Amino acid sequence: MIHFVLLISRQGKVRLTKWYSPYSQKERSKDLLDLPYYGTCSGLLSFFKKVMRELSGMILNRAPKLCNFVEWRGLKAVYKRYASLYFCLCIDQEDNELEILEIIHHYVEILDRYFGSVCELDLIFNFHKAYYILDELLIAGELQESSKKTVARLIAAQDSLVETAKEQASSISNIIAQATK
Amino acid sequence: MALSGMRGLSVFISDIRNCQNKEQERLRVDKELGNVRTRFKNEKGLTPYEKKKYVWKMLYIYMLGYDVDFGHMEAVSLISAPKYPEKQVGYIVTSCLLNENHDFLRLAINTVRTDIIGRNETFQCLALTMVGNIGGREFAESLAPDVQKLLISSSCRPLVRKKAALCLLRLYRKNPDVVNVDGWADRMAQLLDERDLGVLTSSMSLLVALVSNDHDSYWSCLPKCVKILKHLARNQDIPQEYTYYGIPSPWLQVKTMRALQYFPTIEDPTTRRSLFEVLQRILMGTDVVKNVNKNNASHAVLFEALALVMHLDAEKEMMSQCVALLGKFIAVREPNIRYLGLENMTRMLMVTDVQDIIKRHQAQIITSLKDPDISIRRRALDLLYGMCDVSNAKDIVEELLQYLSTAEFAMREELSLKAAILAEKFAPDLSWYVDVILQLIDKAGDFVSDDIWFRVVQFVTNNEDLQSYAAIKAREYLDKPAIHETMVKVSAYLLGEFGHLLARRPGYSAKELFKIIHEKLPAVSTSTIPILLSTYAKILMHTQPPDQELQNQIWGIFNKYESCIDVEIQQRAVEYLALSKKGAALVDILAEMPKFPERQSALIKKAEDTEADTAEQSAIKLRAQQQSSNALVLTDQRPVNGTPSSNQLTLVKVPTTSSYPDSTDQELSQTNGTLNKVDSSFPAPDLLGDLLGPLAIEGPPSFTAPASQNMTAEVDGFPNAVEAGAIVPVGKQANSVQPIGNISERFLALCMKDSGVLYEDPYIQIGIKAEWRAHLGRLVLFLGNKNTSPLVSVKATILPPSNLKMELSLVPETIPPRAQVQCPLEIINLHPSRDVAVLDFSYKFGNDLVNVKLRLPAVFNKFLQPISISAEEFFPQWRSLSGPPLKLQEVVRGVKPLLLLEMANLFNSLRLMVCPGLDPNPNNLVASTTFYSESTQAMLCLVRIETDPADRTQLRMTVASGDPTVTFELKEFIKEQLISIPAPQPPTPPSAAPPVGHPMVTTPPAFTDPGAMLAGLL
Repeated sequence: MIHFVLLISRQGKVRLTKWYSPYSQKERSKDLLDLPYYGTCSGLLSFFKKVMRELSGMILNRAPKLCNFVEWRGLKAVYKRYASLYFCLCIDQEDNELEILEIIHHYVEILDRYFGSVCELDLIFNFHKAYYILDELLIAGELQESSKKTVARLIAAQDSLVETAKEQASSISNIIAQATK
Repeated sequence: MALSGMRGLSVFISDIRNCQNKEQERLRVDKELGNVRTRFKNEKGLTPYEKKKYVWKMLYIYMLGYDVDFGHMEAVSLISAPKYPEKQVGYIVTSCLLNENHDFLRLAINTVRTDIIGRNETFQCLALTMVGNIGGREFAESLAPDVQKLLISSSCRPLVRKKAALCLLRLYRKNPDVVNVDGWADRMAQLLDERDLGVLTSSMSLLVALVSNDHDSYWSCLPKCVKILKHLARNQDIPQEYTYYGIPSPWLQVKTMRALQYFPTIEDPTTRRSLFEVLQRILMGTDVVKNVNKNNASHAVLFEALALVMHLDAEKEMMSQCVALLGKFIAVREPNIRYLGLENMTRMLMVTDVQDIIKRHQAQIITSLKDPDISIRRRALDLLYGMCDVSNAKDIVEELLQYLSTAEFAMREELSLKAAILAEKFAPDLSWYVDVILQLIDKAGDFVSDDIWFRVVQFVTNNEDLQSYAAIKAREYLDKPAIHETMVKVSAYLLGEFGHLLARRPGYSAKELFKIIHEKLPAVSTSTIPILLSTYAKILMHTQPPDQELQNQIWGIFNKYESCIDVEIQQRAVEYLALSKKGAALVDILAEMPKFPERQSALIKKAEDTEADTAEQSAIKLRAQQQSSNALVLTDQRPVNGTPSSNQLTLVKVPTTSSYPDSTDQELSQTNGTLNKVDSSFPAPDLLGDLLGPLAIEGPPSFTAPASQNMTAEVDGFPNAVEAGAIVPVGKQANSVQPIGNISERFLALCMKDSGVLYEDPYIQIGIKAEWRAHLGRLVLFLGNKNTSPLVSVKATILPPSNLKMELSLVPETIPPRAQVQCPLEIINLHPSRDVAVLDFSYKFGNDLVNVKLRLPAVFNKFLQPISISAEEFFPQWRSLSGPPLKLQEVVRGVKPLLLLEMANLFNSLRLMVCPGLDPNPNNLVASTTFYSESTQAMLCLVRIETDPADRTQLRMTVASGDPTVTFELKEFIKEQLISIPAPQPPTPPSAAPPVGHPMVTTPPAFTDPGAMLAGLL
């Protein structure tokens, strides 16, 4: 399964993170969980930060033309660079690496279609959209939909729901505004 | 592109981007947090839009790596907003900010449930997504049935159902005990007929999780998986939108093949054939193309197919095809494929018969060890490590040593550990081993743990022919200008112990050795000085008659360190000085170190431990386990224990007879050819390698009782056959007389209690009554003639195993009509073993010659004495027995599912006293007992069973005692009991078990009537 998704810029800035493994106490026997974790929110944050620092350090320092896999703390990071952004998915040792690599590409293609040739800025200012789309792609660290068309359709439907709600709200506030004139 | 309508958020993000440095960013973030905090405080005035905006800001700040310790409540409360936009934000932000253990999450359970069971499918989707991503135990408890309903509901649209499938997967994965999947096999099979590929992909992930836990329930899904795979591979009915670069959903293909790998085998020939057709097509039909994505996707499928082929034990031809493919892959330039080629070739090593083909690629693999990519080098190292054996150890280890000097630090530790392990496991000769370790210390001293150099010292000490060689080598290294401190330690130790063997050589006189070692002293740390001091003392001792100058020099050094602040150094200095002034006494006290007891290499153990740690539910690992458990039943699996010295270096040249009982049995059963089952008590080969191999423990007692060996030879492996529960006909005289009742069951029942019927046929009944005290036993055989005519030519011989001394009193040749004869049998348990004694019994009735071989219930647990133990006694004991070989742990699978209470009863009836309350975990069970034998005397044994309430077919067992053989035998014994519990036999209540206190019954009342006799016995 995918343990987490990490989008980082070439400068090491985090653009998106999504965790699918709850790093609870009982699972700490794994290598990954040798890292300090305190159970509190800030403890969790420092754990996440440490993970990201370690991993981004490893990935960003890799020369081009090496393979897309890095072994790390008993897990495996599958990453790919698109322009200035690194997409990284962390999986179990025995998972199928190439399949994961193509999930990354699948996600990028969907983002590309949604934003119309996506760039890092799109994802910075619309990070919430990146989350919506990711949620249509992955749940529980597994792929839920492999059709780009279906994902695009679902996201469009969500957008229109939000739009309608907004229009309704503004029409209501117009009515109120007029009534109280 | 600005955010539609959320200007405040866009402005904030821009501000952050414009910050020149981290400090400015922090200030801006703090300001924003302050702002959000104030706004949340007077919540009354917040519009839904504002709330949304602030919650997004919180997530953004959190993502930047700042602590956001407030506002979680606001995020959670948005979930219950009536409108979609707010709800959506609430769900997404909550699932990013909070984790499953967060208290606020509990507050949302009701709302989430309302959304899941409600009619609004967009709400259902949001709720399922969040639960699927962060749902914990409480969610599983209250939502799992609803989610299950949604998944199989015919009225739900695919978009809801695919989310329900993955949501259920999450809940099941986290809390398999809470999610009820009983009877889900049919549902899953139906789900696999699904036409929507989104739902099918999600369901397949769920299936993988389900079968990885329990494949037995899901056999009905197997043919469906094959069918799906066939459709995909042939691209039948696959909608265009589900093909990815021309490949029909590669993800679904991979998942389906993953699911298939959790089934141990495919028995149905049609299914198997059609699966192999598909696999063959994938193996042969995958070409390298220009488009990288197409390439990746098709190779994702190909590698999964390879894994499945390996798992299914395909025909040799197909396997060699796989190896050939992998051989091609490890030579290509594309780094991903090369990496995966190496990785999968390592997995391939587990397949029998292909190792030799893999070895042909050795040169290519060694090239990859020098690849610029560390990921690839790691894979190459792993593969070389895995493929190493006696034949190529020299080449591979030397290659590793060479690489060590150029390897980066991140890999040196692993490299040196692996090199050391391989050198130890496969050394063709011991001097080579010494060479390798010394080179290792020389090249990567920082990464050579103490374990490694201790080990080399043990070898040298225990092998006399190695000592002068090692001393010369040590001396050579000391000549080098700069050497690692570990090298100083080893060299000093070796020269101190064995330098005197070379005293006649030029450059090896005591004085010269002292000089060259002493030169190193100023540069070493305090941990090395004590070793040097010991060396000096040894040198002094070996210089007879004493050289005055040397003596003064060394005394000077001792004098100097007499006031050293380090206690260890000070004590040694004082003691050596005092001792060396005593003259001859010094020689006695500082004599050469005695040989070390054999023990398992700490290194190899370490390596095994780490392997065990990572044993998760991977298909490949499971397969490895299945293979080793197969070894218990299949006879064609040659045990490795027969040739232990070939794969593990013998510390002292010990005769391999230590493991003879098993190997002889094995050989007999093979040459004899009449057997199709091997003694089920036969441990898996790896266990033997560990425990019986001469390196492993202090050689399991090698009592070579020749008498019993002859016996074994005579019976031609009968104990095995009897074990299999059959009466074995002797020669051509087939028994025309059929036994009444199941002999095997009778025997098992008698293992649990002390009196009962051992055997019965129309003419005779053999009953047993036994008394056990410590390592002694007395068993009375009651031979009852059921007929009105006499039984003649009665013969009873005992074939005892080597661990039991048994004396059967004289058996009369004739048993009169309707009479009963008693034959006492005295038993002494010599040493721990699970071997079983056999009674060879024959008689003649009319023209019928009946001959049966019956196992006697003088089994391991009869020599146990239950003992109750308090927590104060238990824990110190448990801790003091710290690890193998005294304390052994094993995960046992395929256990007959028992409730904890039933298991406790079983244990009590096996004379293992269950001590309730010792283990705080209610799912665990702790028992104690005393084992008696002549060699071990009374030996306290402690047992701990950790059960998994979610899966009663597996448990983890830890057994500890003060004797390695007792520990091992007891562990195996319990395992046998747990795996095959005699079903019809309700466990005897514990009170009936202990025989202590009862007087030895020497003359039980004689029965003349068979019926009365039966009553008396039962």
